[in-house]
Amino acid sequence: MRNLVKIVLAIVLFSILIGTFAGCKGGNGSKDDLNANQSGNKNESKKKVVLNVYNWGDYIEETVIDGFEKKYGIKVNYEMFTTNEDMYVKIKSGAGNYDVAIPSDYMIKRMISENLLNKINFNNIPNYKYIEERFKNLAFDPNNEYSVPYMWGTVGILYNTTMVDEPVDSWNILWNKKYEKQIFMLDSQRDSLGVALKKLGYSMNTRSVEELEEAKKALLEQKPLVLAYVVDEVKDKMIAGEGALAVVWSGDAFYCISENPDLAYAIPKEGSNLWFDSMVIPVTSGHQEEAELFINYMCEPEVAFKNADYIGYATPHSEAKKMLDPEVVNDRAFYPLEEDLGNFEIFEYDAEAMKDYDRIWTEVTSE
Amino acid sequence: MKRNWISYPYIIWMIIFIVVPLLLVVFYSVIVVTEDGLTFTLEFYKRFMQPVYIKVLIRSIVLALISTFICLLIGYPVALILAGKGVSRKNTLILLFVIPMWMNFLLRTYAWLTLLEKNGLINTMLSWFGIKPLNLLYTSEAVVLGMVYNFLPFMVLPIYSVLSKIDKSVIEAAEDLGANSYKVFTKIIFPLSLPGVMSGITMVFMPAVTTFVISRLLGGGQFTLIGNLIDRQFTTVGDWNFGSALSVVMMILILISMAIMTRYDKDREGSALL
Repeated sequence: MRNLVKIVLAIVLFSILIGTFAGCKGGNGSKDDLNANQSGNKNESKKKVVLNVYNWGDYIEETVIDGFEKKYGIKVNYEMFTTNEDMYVKIKSGAGNYDVAIPSDYMIKRMISENLLNKINFNNIPNYKYIEERFKNLAFDPNNEYSVPYMWGTVGILYNTTMVDEPVDSWNILWNKKYEKQIFMLDSQRDSLGVALKKLGYSMNTRSVEELEEAKKALLEQKPLVLAYVVDEVKDKMIAGEGALAVVWSGDAFYCISENPDLAYAIPKEGSNLWFDSMVIPVTSGHQEEAELFINYMCEPEVAFKNADYIGYATPHSEAKKMLDPEVVNDRAFYPLEEDLGNFEIFEYDAEAMKDYDRIWTEVTSE
Repeated sequence: MKRNWISYPYIIWMIIFIVVPLLLVVFYSVIVVTEDGLTFTLEFYKRFMQPVYIKVLIRSIVLALISTFICLLIGYPVALILAGKGVSRKNTLILLFVIPMWMNFLLRTYAWLTLLEKNGLINTMLSWFGIKPLNLLYTSEAVVLGMVYNFLPFMVLPIYSVLSKIDKSVIEAAEDLGANSYKVFTKIIFPLSLPGVMSGITMVFMPAVTTFVISRLLGGGQFTLIGNLIDRQFTTVGDWNFGSALSVVMMILILISMAIMTRYDKDREGSALL
């Protein structure tokens, strides 16, 4: 009987190990398989298709989905994720069979390099013409083959005008002793190290360990002034007047200001992070055409307007922008012009560099 | 080694969901996938030996020990009171103790966020007495408070259950032989309750040393514990190998502390294993 247990254990272990490694390396092979499946399915696609859409939480105007279902008779199964990494793990493991996903810039680049995305046939997306020229051919998808921009924004400083009376236009204000224990930083290594790197005049995507060490020094020097390193809590805390200054994403800033008019948002002159969330089609999709239909639908002026109006992030859609409240669109903090973005950078992904970033960030937060 | 056939489904379940994942963690911590196949390496353990990471480990242990000690200090009298004969409505009291545990501990920790903040309830009440608002949140004390608050029932309940099982006649005998109540406590009650104390300590120390939510929420990300480190390796860094190595270190740490506990507990009930 003990032998039986041993054999069972061996078989189970072996199959799981094989499964894991097949999962790790299977990117290339499975793409062809899936493409083959897809063409096989084409004839049947007139039947009831369910489109699996995978998006950030609270990142769409929900009636838009009903509109799509009614217009095309395709049912949408809408699911949400909270971080790019959650989404990545799920798509990579092949779970979910998502047809459309909306990850951020650096993650799109990583997914392209690991063959996790299908090329989009832009002939099927006539509404792509509404996307502003400056948001095409972005660094993470240089030939514009894989992604259609959905929202974009910046990282900047949210401040409480009742507590800060000097002009906010530089990262240096976060090192001002006057605001001791009134500063919130982001508990995100890329963003917080990025702030320090930009303050020092370096690139946010630096791979130089010396520059990172300098950034670490700056952050350690700042640490006694920082109240906390937070992520989502920053919104509640800033609205409640718990802090004077906070590093936030522009969309969060927009939300906070709508809840507490004492708050204001500024993007520092040294430059900052410029980010994009774009629509892509994962290789796990079995419904390429319907997915393209969905992406095209999301780029219809009316739909893009509804989404931008609801979410509050900046839209790359020229027609939607025209329909939005001019006061918002003309606010250069939320819709910076091209000339404002001279020093801005899009995050790049580099697995090796990430380890240095993590070590440096650990040194900062464990001091 | 005769087993009933009925145990096989459980054994298979345990193999698939406990043994295999454990082996996978160990596997990932020492093996890297390179171009020419799998390579054995101790690189990740070596990386852990850097002062930054050792510092994180020591901080985790220290904070967990402090919390465990405070839990014991607060919890033992509570257990004693609950087990005492003078308490009416004992069950109601115990129920009140247990009810908060029915709520998700994340929610209870979030509640402390609003209680402790600068314009929060506690500071507002202090201001009625003319005390200036204190910086309560985002300190190491707040982290310890969160741990004590969340894990206190794990200290009280085992001690209570051991205390309430003590044979009353033993205590009566001691009193008959002239021991005063102090002596009864130090010579009879406390030694007899040690198994409960030991299992209480283990049950508080283990979650406290591995927590990452409490330190992130109440510590404001300034007090990286080993749990945060592991969490980050899997979520943001994507370095599964280093994350696995850290997890193995963590498991060894817990095994050691359990071994110490059971040693003290050798000839008593084996409740420390809980």
